Amino acid sequence: MNAPMVKSEGVHKSFGSLQVLKGIDLEVQRGEVFCLVGPSGSGKSTFLRCINHLEKIDSGRLSVDGELVGYRQHGDKLYELKDRDAAKKRREIGMVFQRFNLFPHMTVMQNVIEAPIRVRGESADVARARAVRLLDRVGLSGKADAYPRQLSGGQQQRVAIARALAMEPKLMLFDEPTSALDPELVGEVLDVMRQLAVDGMTMIVVTHEMGFAREVGDSLVFMDDGIVVEKGHPRDVLTNPQHERTKAFLSKVL
Amino acid sequence: MTDHKHADAIKAVPVRHPWRWVATAVIVLLLAMFINMAVTNPNFEWNVIGEYLFSSKILEGVWATVWITIVAMLAGIVLGVVLSVMRLSPNPVLSNVASGYIWFFRGTPVLVQLIFWFNLAVLVPDISLGIPFGPTFVSWDTNSVITPFVAALLGLGLNEAAYMAEISRAGIQSVDEGQVEASSALGMSRTKTMRRIVLPQAMRVIIPPTGNEVISMLKTTSLVSVVAMPELLYQTQQIYARTYQTIPLLIVASIWYLFLTSLLTIGQFYIERHYGKGSTSTQAPTFLQRLRRNVFRFHSPPPTPPSSTLLDAHGGVR
Repeated sequence: MNAPMVKSEGVHKSFGSLQVLKGIDLEVQRGEVFCLVGPSGSGKSTFLRCINHLEKIDSGRLSVDGELVGYRQHGDKLYELKDRDAAKKRREIGMVFQRFNLFPHMTVMQNVIEAPIRVRGESADVARARAVRLLDRVGLSGKADAYPRQLSGGQQQRVAIARALAMEPKLMLFDEPTSALDPELVGEVLDVMRQLAVDGMTMIVVTHEMGFAREVGDSLVFMDDGIVVEKGHPRDVLTNPQHERTKAFLSKVL
Repeated sequence: MTDHKHADAIKAVPVRHPWRWVATAVIVLLLAMFINMAVTNPNFEWNVIGEYLFSSKILEGVWATVWITIVAMLAGIVLGVVLSVMRLSPNPVLSNVASGYIWFFRGTPVLVQLIFWFNLAVLVPDISLGIPFGPTFVSWDTNSVITPFVAALLGLGLNEAAYMAEISRAGIQSVDEGQVEASSALGMSRTKTMRRIVLPQAMRVIIPPTGNEVISMLKTTSLVSVVAMPELLYQTQQIYARTYQTIPLLIVASIWYLFLTSLLTIGQFYIERHYGKGSTSTQAPTFLQRLRRNVFRFHSPPPTPPSSTLLDAHGGVR
């Protein structure tokens, strides 16, 4: 049995006096599609952002691929990572945002090859060849020279996925990837994610798409008020929730 | 447009604006009075203005003015952008140094700064390189280092940097936070994020007020005459100190300042138009279009801009 991709033990996080995460314990296995659901303000997005150190955790331990996030352990002591070293670790974790966050002053192609060239130091040819393959994979091979504002939301989100994949990550984080989309555009993004899951990518997905979670997910965690309320196989949790809070939430969204 | 739409076109008497005609008549009358005064009053000495407008002394001054404006502005922009990045840095040393700089240079009049730099030799007679509190290696006489030109550049450039820093900070802060998150999630360092992602997007906000700063700088260079830097106003003063033709020579200087700022205004207009592309749905009219529209607004509503496909900055169709 391999070590888990993500291991979280007693993770706490506060913004000022507001406690957002109150001790999160969970494990994400390799190759797994791990769905995080819960009402807004339940801390699921914050937890996702902690995984690639966009937010610092206050206490507990959080590790990705066996290495601590944001710290280096030497003996019994923890040392905070320098910005540069933290950035180095983020390369291996892809992230897709609710509002796409494509770079508006760059074409689709430039968006996808920017990080491979500037961060990994790849040659333009290598980066470009991979970008062509990735854009083909997300069904946008004809849009390489378009600017983000010329694309629909669904197309922009697919570019954002290609951009994250261009760094060849070992883990992909999705922060409500379809929440900002018109309903008829949700399907095209979920199709790309479904294909990614089939290819064996480890994915953590914060989502309100219960259909996707049931069909593609391997595990599902229901979070509320900064704690994990219930976890299990998506089919079990969604059809037969054990906790009152889970039942109440699901009755509203299903 | 289809025939059907043509059939429905509205025919109505447009709103009349009689007071616009009255106001125009009043303004034309006042202008006529002013021109009459300017032509008939011998104290204007138009022949003197004509004589000096393109004289070599004045042209040298114009050249010096343009030159100081460009160099001081470039220094101000570069230093200002660096200061704004420092000010927004999480490093408290950098951000406090930048805040202190801006506080000092915005808080003292630029004229005082200019005179101060020019008189630096009084405070520090020699400038030397060496080990602090230890031996010196090389030393220069301050008066030979701080020429009027260097004093002018230091005064204007360092002062401008403080203002450009604030403009640039506003531009950087206008860029969506999600952009920084996306590039850090891709593993880009803070410096790379700033250079590749944030600053290019901040330009759209930074450029228009920078145009204003250039125009303002062009006029502020006249202050440099107090440190005997032979720019436009200084040259003009030199001439009328000798000939006592104060008014005509000040008009010569004003004509040149007006001409230069007009050029800059037109340039600024086109730069803003370029950077506004993609952010607004309709494009601002060109200078000539605007002029034509203003003249004809008396009779008819302004022509609507062509509503066909809009071209973006790189020629693609939106």
